[in-house]
Amino acid sequence: MSGLIVLVVSAMGLGALALAGFFWALRTGQYEDIEGAAQRILLDDDMP
Amino acid sequence: MTAEADDGDLLEYVASGSDGARRLHLAVPDAYCATCIQTIEEALAGLPGVCNARVNLQRRRVQIDFEADCDPATLTDTVTRSGYRNHPIDPADVDDKDPALRELVSALVVSGFASAHTMFFSEAIWSGVEGDTRTLFYWISALVAIPAVAYAGRPFFRSALAALRVGRANMDVPIAIALIATTGISVLETRLAGQHAYFDAATMLLFFLLIGRTLDHVMRGQARNAASNLARLAPRGAQRALADGSLVFIRLEDIAPGMTLLLKPGDRLPVDCEVSGAAGAVDMALVNGEAMPVEASAGTQLPAGALVLDRPIEVVATRPAGDSFIARTAALMEAAEQVRTRYRGIADRASDLYAPLVHIAALATFIGWWVAGAGWHTALLNAVAVLIVTCPCALALAVPIVHVVAAGRLFARGILMKDGAALERLATVRHVAFDKTGTLTTGRPRLVGQVFGTGDWLPAASAIAAASNHPLAMALAAAGREPMLADCREIAGAGVEARIDGQVWRLGNARFCGAQDDGGGEGSRVWLAREGEVVAAFDFGDDIRGDAAATVAQLHGQGVSTSILSGDRAGSVGRVARELGIADAAHSLAPQDKVAAVEALRQKGPVAMVGDGINDAVALGAADVSFAPAAAADVGRAAADFVLINDRLLGVPFALWLARKADALVRQNLTLSMAYNIVVLPLAAAGMVTPLIAAVAMSSSSIIVVVNALRLRLQGPPGLEVLK
Repeated sequence: MSGLIVLVVSAMGLGALALAGFFWALRTGQYEDIEGAAQRILLDDDMP
Repeated sequence: MTAEADDGDLLEYVASGSDGARRLHLAVPDAYCATCIQTIEEALAGLPGVCNARVNLQRRRVQIDFEADCDPATLTDTVTRSGYRNHPIDPADVDDKDPALRELVSALVVSGFASAHTMFFSEAIWSGVEGDTRTLFYWISALVAIPAVAYAGRPFFRSALAALRVGRANMDVPIAIALIATTGISVLETRLAGQHAYFDAATMLLFFLLIGRTLDHVMRGQARNAASNLARLAPRGAQRALADGSLVFIRLEDIAPGMTLLLKPGDRLPVDCEVSGAAGAVDMALVNGEAMPVEASAGTQLPAGALVLDRPIEVVATRPAGDSFIARTAALMEAAEQVRTRYRGIADRASDLYAPLVHIAALATFIGWWVAGAGWHTALLNAVAVLIVTCPCALALAVPIVHVVAAGRLFARGILMKDGAALERLATVRHVAFDKTGTLTTGRPRLVGQVFGTGDWLPAASAIAAASNHPLAMALAAAGREPMLADCREIAGAGVEARIDGQVWRLGNARFCGAQDDGGGEGSRVWLAREGEVVAAFDFGDDIRGDAAATVAQLHGQGVSTSILSGDRAGSVGRVARELGIADAAHSLAPQDKVAAVEALRQKGPVAMVGDGINDAVALGAADVSFAPAAAADVGRAAADFVLINDRLLGVPFALWLARKADALVRQNLTLSMAYNIVVLPLAAAGMVTPLIAAVAMSSSSIIVVVNALRLRLQGPPGLEVLK
């Protein structure tokens, strides 16, 4: 039973962590320019 | 345009921070790739005083942070010189984030998280967990599911409440009732340490419903965003000439009657004006459908929206912006749009039938079990099972998913769909009415031919015409391709006078050349005179779009009749109608005549209107469904359900074909989800649906509906693809 408690709590915790991560991303504008982010991969890094 | 004027223009759009930092947003509608990002950002970063420049490809914008000593005009110049059209965005419009989308996405993620977690526990219970552990698992599920339903269900609760308040039922009413009932009964069941709680069903239901709702919203948002980017290319003000001769930029809403404005070639009149200075040619195509340019001289009244063609003209505003021709048209349009607002989507109509049926079935189940002596607990549980399995999950997905797939295909073909309901209306269309100028034709004059005179006078006329940038002269010069003459003089509002081998030639209007204008011909006419004697005349017509004939033929092939509703003169309308094979052509129509014509056509069946002008806008609003080319007037584009962003008319038959396909798929999807309900409803009423069966049935029916909708991507239009 104690093993069950540990598993349940850790599963919920990990899920909640992912949820918090998503809300952080949404709030800090990570999804503002998805198309641009995809295209920027093609650019060289040594941009002035 | 002087650099000075440019500055006054731009400073209106620069936002200043407290620390002296400045920020400017430019729309760059042509940027689409990684190279575009690099070109623009590198060009801007190389300028002194620019701290940061970042392109947002999704919104087709660039945000520039720069220091106070940097001239904003150099920023726009730099972007223009690197090859991208751009125009400043009002700081007030920059931060137009979509709070509704944010709420939907957050709700979607929360419900997804909750449904995954409750499902973990439900799976354990279905595999045989019993007793205290089961109750513990249900309590943990409740802990996750109750806040999730309360948070993520808000869009549905709000919409259901709004509908109930005005005494109507929409799709969200049964959804809200099912969500609340399912969660409530599950808590009760857990409290009694019962066997069947439906926390997983409640959260999964919410998750699926939110997928449909979010997709629908994203689709509309994309169309709105693209349309507003087009709208922002329109002028938002004009150059005002002050008494001391200097020019200042003035915003559209600040223009007052009596102000003197100076308009350059390519400008549109911001408000209704009277010409006060020198004469010039004005294009009225968007205003009244007249294809050929009009000569405006001092005293001529011009409506807002007219386009200045060959030389700067000075005008005095006669009405404020709020009372201009465009504003009055917009007001009429709102009144005409009743057809749209009266239309109810197929999903809403289906739920009108569906919602009472489901609730009666649930009530009957409860009463049936109770009367049979099963006790209120079992009766209630079975009634809720009915509500869960019949919750219009597939039904709520059935329609939006088809619309989203259709919008994607239309967008790939350069057609912007504003609203899914427009697709449903388009599928029923029996008649398509076209505007002529700018829609079936390009709206640019083209030389039809020499109408009298012996011999070929085109080379001489073309050589003289090369000196002028009047649109008719340009068409003439383009037809002959003769080099420009050295000794030419252009007389405003009359024509060009040239000296060839000692002889005086004149090319221009009838009075200028000493000719008699009999008012005949189908378009505009230009005369050529040598030493005061008229030797030839040339007729100009409106160039028919390359794909207009194919468009009309395809529409006829689809069993749709066509007609022309034009504000232009009889001759040119007749010619276009003959060439395209359109039997029904009306000419010289004022905007209200066009509306009357559309109303008359609607007696025989739903009508689609295709038009680009301000004079079409009211008719566009009055038709069941409407199309506008990208080059259309803002007011027309705002009225249209579909915007042809690549300016190809063939989009109309393609959209019609797709709309009919989509309509068939929507009906299939609705039938599928109805059939599913007919099967599971008796099972649920009989008390045979456990939470496991409910979960499987619900998700499989949703998946079937989605997969069926995706078929819309596979089929090609028969016979239409060839004419690409």
